[in-house]
Amino acid sequence: MEILLVVAVLAVVVLAGGLLVRQRGGRRGGVVELEPPVAPTSGGVAVEEAPTPEAPTEQQLPPEVVVAEDEVFEPPVVHPEVAVETTTRPRFRDRLVKARSRFTDALGALRGSKIDDSAWEDLEVALLSADVGVAATEELLEAVRATVTERRLTEGDELLEVLKDEMRARLGGFDTSLKTAEQSPTVWLLVGVNGVGKTTTAGKLAHRETTAGHSVMLAAGDTFRAAAAEQLGMWAQRTGADIVRGADGGDPSAVVYDAIEAAAARGCDLVIADTAGRLHTKSNLMEELGKVRRVADRGAGTVTEALLVLDATTGQNGLVQAQQFTEAVELTGVVLTKLDGSAKGGIVLAIEAQLGIPVKLVGLGEAAGDLVEFDADEFVEALFS
Amino acid sequence: MFETLSDRFDTIFSRLRGRGKLSESDVDEVLREIRVALLEADVALPVVKTFVARVREQAVGEQVSQALNPAQQVIKIVHAELIAILGGETFKLSFASKPPTVVLMAGLQGSGKTTNTAKLARWFKAQGRNPLMVGADLQRPAAVEQLRTLGEQIDVPVFSEPSDPVAVAAAGLEHARRTGRDVLLVDTAGRLAIDAELMDEVRRISEAVQPDYTLLVVDAMTGQDAVSTAEAFHATLELDGVILTKLDGDARGGAALSVREVVGRPIAFASTGEKLDDFDLFHPDRLAGRILGMGDVLSLIEKAEQVYEAEEAEAAAARLMEGRFTLEDFLHQLQQIKKMGPLSGIMGMLPGVPKEVRNAEIDDRQVGRVEAMIRSMTPAERAEPTIIDGSRRARIAVGSGTTPNDISMLVKQFTEMQRMMKKMGGAGSKKALSKSRKGKKRKGPGGGRVTARGGPATPMPDLAAELEAHMGRVGGARSAGGKLPPADDLTLPGLP
Repeated sequence: MEILLVVAVLAVVVLAGGLLVRQRGGRRGGVVELEPPVAPTSGGVAVEEAPTPEAPTEQQLPPEVVVAEDEVFEPPVVHPEVAVETTTRPRFRDRLVKARSRFTDALGALRGSKIDDSAWEDLEVALLSADVGVAATEELLEAVRATVTERRLTEGDELLEVLKDEMRARLGGFDTSLKTAEQSPTVWLLVGVNGVGKTTTAGKLAHRETTAGHSVMLAAGDTFRAAAAEQLGMWAQRTGADIVRGADGGDPSAVVYDAIEAAAARGCDLVIADTAGRLHTKSNLMEELGKVRRVADRGAGTVTEALLVLDATTGQNGLVQAQQFTEAVELTGVVLTKLDGSAKGGIVLAIEAQLGIPVKLVGLGEAAGDLVEFDADEFVEALFS
Repeated sequence: MFETLSDRFDTIFSRLRGRGKLSESDVDEVLREIRVALLEADVALPVVKTFVARVREQAVGEQVSQALNPAQQVIKIVHAELIAILGGETFKLSFASKPPTVVLMAGLQGSGKTTNTAKLARWFKAQGRNPLMVGADLQRPAAVEQLRTLGEQIDVPVFSEPSDPVAVAAAGLEHARRTGRDVLLVDTAGRLAIDAELMDEVRRISEAVQPDYTLLVVDAMTGQDAVSTAEAFHATLELDGVILTKLDGDARGGAALSVREVVGRPIAFASTGEKLDDFDLFHPDRLAGRILGMGDVLSLIEKAEQVYEAEEAEAAAARLMEGRFTLEDFLHQLQQIKKMGPLSGIMGMLPGVPKEVRNAEIDDRQVGRVEAMIRSMTPAERAEPTIIDGSRRARIAVGSGTTPNDISMLVKQFTEMQRMMKKMGGAGSKKALSKSRKGKKRKGPGGGRVTARGGPATPMPDLAAELEAHMGRVGGARSAGGKLPPADDLTLPGLP
């Protein structure tokens, strides 16, 4: 019985698939047909209309959107966590001490020994274990091999140095600073799959920027996950940032747009927009994200950063994620979170190499101040020292 | 982005095809590809090594001399081995004699503990139980609110209080006893395995509630780190099973294999979507195919069974093979398929679909257009599309909001398909005969059909054998590509 079902399905799916693929191709080549304009979906109505910039923000907001102004209701709460302000930013090396053990284990045998087959194998094991991936590892080792042959190196330590140089060369050379727009408000968009730490990163970024003296508006663009807006709201309270929230299940584009308009109206410099986690395979959700980005650029603000939040434990799928997300929103950088665990986040090597998207920020702990700028030298050094 | 194992093997196979058996160097070559495939699926390196060694042992052994198609033989060994590991011991859940049965959820941050606590509660509820959820994640802001919201959705109460996680868990257990709840699910805060303090905390929670089951929630996208995480949690908590989450993405989920190997505990549940009912017991065979990138026929069948009437499908298949398949049938099938979810997802589950087709963006809205076109036709036109002339075409185009060009394209392709299916159905018996003679197999791009059955009867058995081979997961590879001409023929010319 199953067989029959499969026959029917297989045939029809193949047929349907074939038809559709050709249909598309045929139309593209044949009949001239304009791409249909992006139809405004319901819920985004408030967004699609061009509002008068001077009008009070509240009038444009759909009724469910609330501009929370925590200062009005209670004095800014100085949270103990925030109060313990780190004057010097946490260093990679301190944080990675715990984490690097496995990587260095693999390379311990290399020191003080000659370069032989087992040395190469050790390198390969080390890189693969750090989630660098097969292709990127092969490419790295190829480069190292060429240098070793050319310079006729024989010592294991030299081999290690060459590998470090290669990794630094791949990771460095990117501008990792976060860009601001010439005209306020600047908009930073956080995107990523579920559970990587987007909301937390938004909160930490808000902390970082308010500490630096910017006025920050948080946009609770995650209208899907239960209590995501509450979570961001708590961050807003801690950091003294403003927040715009929408209704649960509402249109995230509308929330982000409203946040930007509200920021412009009250003179905030920076809008940090959180979005709902989504798997990059869900094309409708990726389209929704593309719309968020387009809409965010349409109003008073300018999107200067679209950051992919990536969990350091992510394996080879990270590369596919980066590719899909950059197709949807044109990523400007990666935030590598949870690097204080035992995972190495080696996939960023592949992402930088293949897609040219640099790591800009790194999450090194749970405290508010644990989001720091990425530094290639320290990253590599910490992995090897 | 990654080639599936099948795609990878195509090159090797084309060279190996025609040889009777595998030499040791052939095996090595195939094993190298398997190693890469496993690593790209995020199986941990040490696990890959022992796994490949085991496969080699079997592949170089006596079984190879009987191999009809050597490459398929290796994949079969790999697949069987994967299933053996993943499903060696299944998760059995028995309820505590003295309720409540306590389940403790643990895992890294962001692996999906809170969501899956609710999903599991819903699952228990569907089993006729009365679960209570305890929100012991007091760390992440609003985690308890999240659990409460989810609890409301599935109508399961949530217990929590703003004190200390261990105290909350203990009080939750008390509350469950008092209110007569027979299953207690304890959601804990995400923690890093190397954070000694938090690991100690979860150990104390565990001691306080004495869980019957401790489940580790693992993200299917996890890389090499899965091993160290699982080891650390197992050392602290004595795991009983694993919940694999986010399987609805395109990660291969090799982490599951690593965890299974290292911890030796079965994967109990799999979470395959954002909705609370996208959650079920774990099926090892499906993940095995997925890790190897072989498609997921079984899930497809299951989905099909949900929407198809068996007899109806049988009739449709028969008509299809005899070339009596009309546009009306096609429309009907299309609607059934639409019920199964997005077309691209279904294509991804099919083995043997050429990667050009699989990777082609299929816009589901196009299905609507095709539907509209067929609906704008008269019954006579649907049964015999060749009668559609210029004026009928114009009428259909107006009716469906398309262009006459679109209509002729649809009709043309449909007729083409019809012809091909007919040919295939008719040729079935002949082919099977010629094949059974010497086990020769060089038909079509994938070749590699080895089933020496068939016989004269209806065309069905041959195709049935074909699919049976798939379902036996012999090859995945391209055997379908070889036998089901539409897969290649239909799409090649039209591809961008």
